[in-house]
Amino acid sequence: MADVLAGLRESLGGRILATESRSPRQTYVSVSCSDIPDAARCLFERLGGRLATVTGLDERDGIELLYHFCFDAERIVLTVKTKVAKPDPRISSITPFLPGAEWIEREIHDLLGVRFDGHPRPERLILADDWPEGVYPLRKDGRP
Amino acid sequence: MSWKMWALKKSPWVFHVNTGACNNCDIEVLELLTPRFDVERFGIRLVGTPRHADALVVTGGVTRQAAPRLKEVYRQTPKPCVVFAIGACACSMGIFKEGYHMAGPVDKVIREEDPNAIILYIPGCPPKPEAMILGVVKALSLL
Amino acid sequence: MSKTTLIPIGPFHPLQEEAEYFQLSVEGERVVDMDVRLSYNHRGIEKLSESMTFDQVPFLVERICGICSASHPLAYIQAVEDIAQVKVPERALYLRTLVNELERIHSHVLWVGLAGHFLGYNTVWMWAWKYREPILDLLEKTTGSRINYANAMIGGCRRDIANECWPLIQKAMDDLTGHMEMLTKAILDDPVLHARLKGVGVLKKEDAIRYCVTGPTARASGVPIDVRRDDPYAAYDRVEWKLITQETGDVFAKAVVRLLETFESIKIVKQCARDIPDGPIAVEVRDIPPGEAVGHVEAPRGETFHYVRSDGTNRPVRHKVRAPSYVNVPSFKASCIGATISDVAITIASVDPCYSCTERMAVIDKATRKRLYTGDDLVRLSEEKTRRMRKEAGL
Repeated sequence: MADVLAGLRESLGGRILATESRSPRQTYVSVSCSDIPDAARCLFERLGGRLATVTGLDERDGIELLYHFCFDAERIVLTVKTKVAKPDPRISSITPFLPGAEWIEREIHDLLGVRFDGHPRPERLILADDWPEGVYPLRKDGRP
Repeated sequence: MSWKMWALKKSPWVFHVNTGACNNCDIEVLELLTPRFDVERFGIRLVGTPRHADALVVTGGVTRQAAPRLKEVYRQTPKPCVVFAIGACACSMGIFKEGYHMAGPVDKVIREEDPNAIILYIPGCPPKPEAMILGVVKALSLL
Repeated sequence: MSKTTLIPIGPFHPLQEEAEYFQLSVEGERVVDMDVRLSYNHRGIEKLSESMTFDQVPFLVERICGICSASHPLAYIQAVEDIAQVKVPERALYLRTLVNELERIHSHVLWVGLAGHFLGYNTVWMWAWKYREPILDLLEKTTGSRINYANAMIGGCRRDIANECWPLIQKAMDDLTGHMEMLTKAILDDPVLHARLKGVGVLKKEDAIRYCVTGPTARASGVPIDVRRDDPYAAYDRVEWKLITQETGDVFAKAVVRLLETFESIKIVKQCARDIPDGPIAVEVRDIPPGEAVGHVEAPRGETFHYVRSDGTNRPVRHKVRAPSYVNVPSFKASCIGATISDVAITIASVDPCYSCTERMAVIDKATRKRLYTGDDLVRLSEEKTRRMRKEAGL
């Protein structure tokens, strides 16, 4: 864990807002949403992490996004957290350099309404053809 | 009884439709074909198109996206036909009842298309292959 | 001028035929692009979790997918146990391992059967599924159900295994070893299958990493990851087993990985049956404190990843589910581009997508809105190619 965190700190420096280890194998690092592409690039390309998935969570004042990276050789899961503000939550897509994120980001768009700028295929993925636009099922209040 | 109905009862050809099931029921349906249960000895055959089918075997609580497709398949199936709703999801949406993406159980969706549809229920999660065979035999004896 | 047409793949479930979402663009006989449309199986499970109590959720997630029925609840339960800092009794860890490995065995044998069907070896299909039945009987005897076992719960296991089951487990594993050896030999020694599957649907190692694939799909491309070894859970660090990898990343490699893994699973089951300690099978867990955690297990198809957040009430605030096929299926783009239509059915099948974990597949001709080929057609094309190759080989 220490090596991975050190690697991330080297890339982001003071842009890491907080670090929390709730158990020996799981650590949560908070950054602002503009730093997500750099953090993801560092974890994926430089440090060899594998993106497991991205969790989106409606926190009323914003949508929290958690990028879960597994480091199989080090046996840890490092999660990078950020929050995108409402209304019109948007963040840069990491799909251009991390193809494995394509479906993951599309799903978050469908269910939470977050826009991923630069996504190569930002079409509807999960909801039915006749599902109304602007209704995001995982939002706590259902409003955009 | 019409000769079509007689043929249906003697050797029903079924078409399998998955409307959003978790695959449990589907795998158990497929297992009916395997040597242990071997329903082909009863004349039950799985066909590749609804146009050749006497019966529809439907699994899954129907999701919103699958509902129009299920109705289309029902339309394409020549009448008379029977619809078997296999599993808790097909009978009543089961544990997914409150889901936001569910259109309704199989009978609700099919009856929107044809209020007089013949629907037979085989509950279970999943129903064991023996239960499915029993259900089908019982149902056919009622027709 | 080359024409790009969309080809329907249709569900590779041999008996399905519905308009689906898997869009393949083809130029002539070669695949040039792929997109998917997932919604036929979307049941809103993550939202449903938020309206259930913590101990009700395993029953929900069990039904995400029938073939990964033990993996999803275990991943969720491990996440919750991490939040609540629960120490699960040793006996329960072995019981969980046993059921999960039996699931892996039945899933891999199921896959062998389906792959055989897509290649036109229907005998393989029938035999594989026949040999699978005793495993399901064993699961029924030990957990109460052929599928949807509901054996794990927060704090341990729901049911113990009766003493008279242990010799049955040993015997079933011995019988299965013989059958699997026969099947493995038949498949791996067949020269036509070598020609049919080698070099087909290749997923290169760098693509496997870029698409973040897991499970046999990754291991067949030389990426040695397995949650059982990388983040051991249940009793996997107490039993001996080998990680199976291959280097070529083609369909043949994926078949080899799954076949050999079945033998490793049989080894693990026998060790569990031999070494399981006595003791309680569960501890009582009353409250889940506020917190968040991830839980991941190695399902038959790859890593099943769950994230749970709790706010101290009796329901999860957020429960995120990521099934292995969700990352494995997109890699199909990399492994199928350049392939011919007759290889598409077996290439998709080699990723072993779990329909419900992700969705089902089919393709529609964009220009005419007609299906050029149905799923059955693609399976038929695959079978025809096999027949042709057998004829050429003089078999």
